[in-house]
Amino acid sequence: MRGRCPAGQRGGPRAYATFLGLLAGILLFPLTAFAADLPALTGRVVDYAGIIDAGTRAALTQKLADFEAKGSDQIVVATIPSLDGEEIEPYANRLFRFWKLGQAKENNGVLLLVAPNDRKMRIEVGYGLEGTLTDLHTKLIIENDMVPAFRAGDFPGGISKAVDDMIMVLEGNPEELEARGKRNEQAPFNSDDLFFAIFIGIWAIIFFGSIAASVLPPIFGQKLGPGRYRWLGMTFEPHRRSSSGGGWSSGSSGGGWSSGGGGGGFSGGGGSSGGGGSSGSW
Amino acid sequence: MLAQRLARPSTFRTLPAFLMMAIVLPLLAGCGYNTIPTAEENAKAAWSEVLNQYQRRADLIPNLVETVKGYASHEKDTLDAVVEARAKATQITVTPETLKDPEALKKFQDAQSGLTSALSRLIAVSEAYPDLKANQNFLALQAQLEGTENRIAVARRDYIQAVKDYNLTLKTFPSVLWATFWFRSNEPFANFTVDEDKMQPPKVDFGTKQGG
Repeated sequence: MRGRCPAGQRGGPRAYATFLGLLAGILLFPLTAFAADLPALTGRVVDYAGIIDAGTRAALTQKLADFEAKGSDQIVVATIPSLDGEEIEPYANRLFRFWKLGQAKENNGVLLLVAPNDRKMRIEVGYGLEGTLTDLHTKLIIENDMVPAFRAGDFPGGISKAVDDMIMVLEGNPEELEARGKRNEQAPFNSDDLFFAIFIGIWAIIFFGSIAASVLPPIFGQKLGPGRYRWLGMTFEPHRRSSSGGGWSSGSSGGGWSSGGGGGGFSGGGGSSGGGGSSGSW
Repeated sequence: MLAQRLARPSTFRTLPAFLMMAIVLPLLAGCGYNTIPTAEENAKAAWSEVLNQYQRRADLIPNLVETVKGYASHEKDTLDAVVEARAKATQITVTPETLKDPEALKKFQDAQSGLTSALSRLIAVSEAYPDLKANQNFLALQAQLEGTENRIAVARRDYIQAVKDYNLTLKTFPSVLWATFWFRSNEPFANFTVDEDKMQPPKVDFGTKQGG
């Protein structure tokens, strides 16, 4: 009943760990290779094309941070010099998913992407906001705020106006925004965490149980002989077994357990997008 | 000393075995028993999303046709073609159970791409009517249609990826062992062909730039 698995791995937890590591490496490899050409998320305003001046960038960053604090919605402005021949829609979707904008449970992220050399822009809306910031809203924001300003060469102005209008639309439903903010205030508790807690719990029981088995019987048990105690109907020999207790160390590296909302730097909350929003050009 | 150890009550001996099982059973899941069902369900979910987005497009069309009719009633052929293509496309549905059949998927794909091209003709035709282009309702429908076409593209891409993952689990080591010994009835799902995926959504021009 040792559950030897047919995948042919033998040799205990070490071999299992290497196998798992290898598997994870294989699984993650295409992901990293795929994401290599995408820019890094350095803040709420990622200006790789260099079209937003420092003052506007600081103001936008502040505005977007305040807005996230209010309703947990993550809006990110990104500019890239060129799309390298790719359509803006798939690129924006890839970038959105790579950055994981919005909270994981709400998918309430928005990506405003501008590619000056291609003269194209797109507002990509996460699943959770599609009902509030509709395709039509984004289209109107692009056509009325950004296109005229961009034609006049005023990138910072057009982007600021678009951001203001997006925030206005998202604030148009204040109750919902507030509820979203409240839902995401407390640390999100998902089933992954539960599984992790149970797993750690089992290890903790083994680890501390063995310590307790060596410490508690001498205190509460009935002494049978030198180093032997009877407690709860079982016979304990703490000193004989103490060495086995030391072997159980719960080496929980827990590498992958990071959820959104990191302290200092800005990071996506784990949201995704299914291609909502709209694009335009000038 | 040996006699004492043998005489120990058995409860204490079964306890570690019990704990061992509690640890080993999750490890068994890690051995890949779950891989195939998980990938299969992911692919089915991705397919549901594809259907959902195509349905969303089909739901937009009656409204769009009505709006265009009001301004361009003598483009009857184009309008009829859209209505017909929509009827054809909504007749064919591929449930997750029939995903194993490449023929059924091909039929579905053909019907949907027929609707895509009929729609792009309609949008192209509507360019000739300035009143129609200025209509707020038409503008809204166009924005929604454009968004839906993009969502279809995303859903289809996700489906292609999910099916690729699922089919790989059926063919590659170590999950192929589970496929041979346990999930014998699982078959690979059919995927979209490249042509369909490369097809462009109809371009919507708001008069800001030619071809934009």
